[in-house]
Amino acid sequence: MENFAYHTPASVADAAKLLDANEDAKLMSGGMTLLPTLKQRLAAPSDLIDLAKIPDIKGVCRDGDELVIGAMTTHAEVHENALVRELIPGLASLAGQIGDPAVRHRGTIGGSCANADPAADYPAGTLGHGATFVTNKRKIAADDFFLGLFETALEPGEIIVGVRFPIPVWSHYQKLRHPASGYAVVGVLVAQTKSGVRVAVTGAGPSAFRATAMEEALTKDFSVKAIESIKIDTADLNNDIHASAHYRAHVVTVLAKRAVAAR
Amino acid sequence: MLINVNMTINGKAVSGQVEARTLLVEFIRDHQRLTGTHVGCDTTQCGCCTVHVDGKAVKSCTMLAVQATGKSVITIEGLAQPDGTLHPVQEAFREHHGLQCGFCTPGMVMMGVDICRRHPNADEHTVRHELEGNICRCTGYQGIVEAIMDASAKMAGGKA
Repeated sequence: MENFAYHTPASVADAAKLLDANEDAKLMSGGMTLLPTLKQRLAAPSDLIDLAKIPDIKGVCRDGDELVIGAMTTHAEVHENALVRELIPGLASLAGQIGDPAVRHRGTIGGSCANADPAADYPAGTLGHGATFVTNKRKIAADDFFLGLFETALEPGEIIVGVRFPIPVWSHYQKLRHPASGYAVVGVLVAQTKSGVRVAVTGAGPSAFRATAMEEALTKDFSVKAIESIKIDTADLNNDIHASAHYRAHVVTVLAKRAVAAR
Repeated sequence: MLINVNMTINGKAVSGQVEARTLLVEFIRDHQRLTGTHVGCDTTQCGCCTVHVDGKAVKSCTMLAVQATGKSVITIEGLAQPDGTLHPVQEAFREHHGLQCGFCTPGMVMMGVDICRRHPNADEHTVRHELEGNICRCTGYQGIVEAIMDASAKMAGGKA
């Protein structure tokens, strides 16, 4: 990889200043996607701003009806955290299905969401729970966050500091794992929240999306039967060597049914 | 521009000057000459380069040396006792024939130790799930899985 200047700011404000001052700078959280990208020379930032030394954007706490997860909290920490396991076990389970143990020890929820890989698990996890991203500038609902392939609502100089999850009544994540990469060929999160049923899909399209027809059907009748004949439109789905759009559409329904059956 | 890095490797304080882009595995192998840690794929998939950083298994090809500053790193060379007594996971690999060519073995053993730490009395399903980031092209995994299950049981029972 090309060399770069390396920074370890002690606060989010300092990280934002470094971002503003260096046009070709990049933020690094766990580096599980960024470092492989740099090795392949798909990116060559002038500056790497490592968020690891910022103390207050890591860890899990409860704030009323919400669980707040710091952006630099690793997948392993979310998977093993007692509060997450108690209050949102579906999210703890999702985190334990990301990559492999070594990746889970480094990769973070903030990094995964900011990267917005179409096959990453957390986009379905945040969208499905109706989470809110807290940045150094504002709050962004997950519904407004994932805009497209590797594209989010984050503006230049904007840094995710945490994710707020409304504690659901119940949620469950089902994933068809790519056997080599560990990414989701398709992943579906079904949640019963205080504001209704949510069904979020990752891996199938250019970015995570909600299966609204399934949400409506499950709101009327929360049963496997209610969604078994609902098929996602294949027009916008990914079509690649791993799976055709038609196959992915089929798997979305299968995984959604399995998730509902787990209730 | 070179950056100073300081860390402990296998309990010994080490320091050096590296480029920002120097990977932890390069620092371990090329600077510290600890060549037990292997580089297989260099793309975060095979797990041959697995070491422990502050007690947790990580892939040292996907971490910068500067990111390990101030941390405690354990490599395969740091597992056995100074008198040569093998770590229970190493002993189990020997007993269960958990290796053939040996290239993946340092990473398998380091991940095995991490699995035993997190899963006392790990069952087969757990071990196979936890080994998803470590690739072996010789053994078919059977001996590796048996070795880690055995070590996990022995370590949980305090016999090791």
